[in-house]
Amino acid sequence: MTATIRLQQEPFDAAAEARALTHGRTDVGAVVTFTGICRGDENGEPIAGLTLEHYPGMAEAEIGRHIEAAERRWSLQGVTVIHRFGRIAPGEDIVLVVTASSHRQDAFAAAEFLMDYLKTRAPFWKRVERAASGGVSGWVDAKSSDDTAADRWGKKPGHNQAAE
Amino acid sequence: MKVLYFAWVRERVGKPEEDVTPPASVATVGDLIAWLSGRGEGYAHAFENPRVIRAAIDRAHVRADTAIAGAREIAFFPPMTGG
Repeated sequence: MTATIRLQQEPFDAAAEARALTHGRTDVGAVVTFTGICRGDENGEPIAGLTLEHYPGMAEAEIGRHIEAAERRWSLQGVTVIHRFGRIAPGEDIVLVVTASSHRQDAFAAAEFLMDYLKTRAPFWKRVERAASGGVSGWVDAKSSDDTAADRWGKKPGHNQAAE
Repeated sequence: MKVLYFAWVRERVGKPEEDVTPPASVATVGDLIAWLSGRGEGYAHAFENPRVIRAAIDRAHVRADTAIAGAREIAFFPPMTGG
């Protein structure tokens, strides 16, 4: 399986990344492309933008562990995960997950699994700049609904098993 | 060992990383949090609610009861909000 992980400040081209996974091969029957985009509001308040902080080294390692877990669980021909960091304006892309499989069920499930874990286990933190009140910024709180979404997949693949 | 801080933990502590040499009685991640809390006001603020603090040893998630012996790099951070 082809696995690509990239952390970058620059925007990405979702269509080009999807094409790259299928180029020159005929065994892929389904490609699922998920793009997470910066909304213009946070909890109903307008925002001017986001700044994403990450833990270099661990972020790649953690995403890699989840791709390996997805590969054990579903039949996949390729996975690409790109996560941006730095300042991101409303309307800009934040994260890309592309999964390629022979059949759609595996591609859909793996993409959703990877996104659920990216939100709760990959070391990234969002800080919002609010549009009102003179651009006062604050860290985004983790949502329990994201933990619930990740928990439904069972055992946490990113955990250090030896430590538990 | 090297200790890293991220997001609001980093802001409250006032630095992104440092080298620390805790006493031998500091055996687990939880012990290290308690020990760091005593290093000053910023640390006390950062670790005032240890239950919400997440930790990683050598770039893998660990729990508060994990032993720190042999760790090269320990990171502390809030619950993650990527994606």
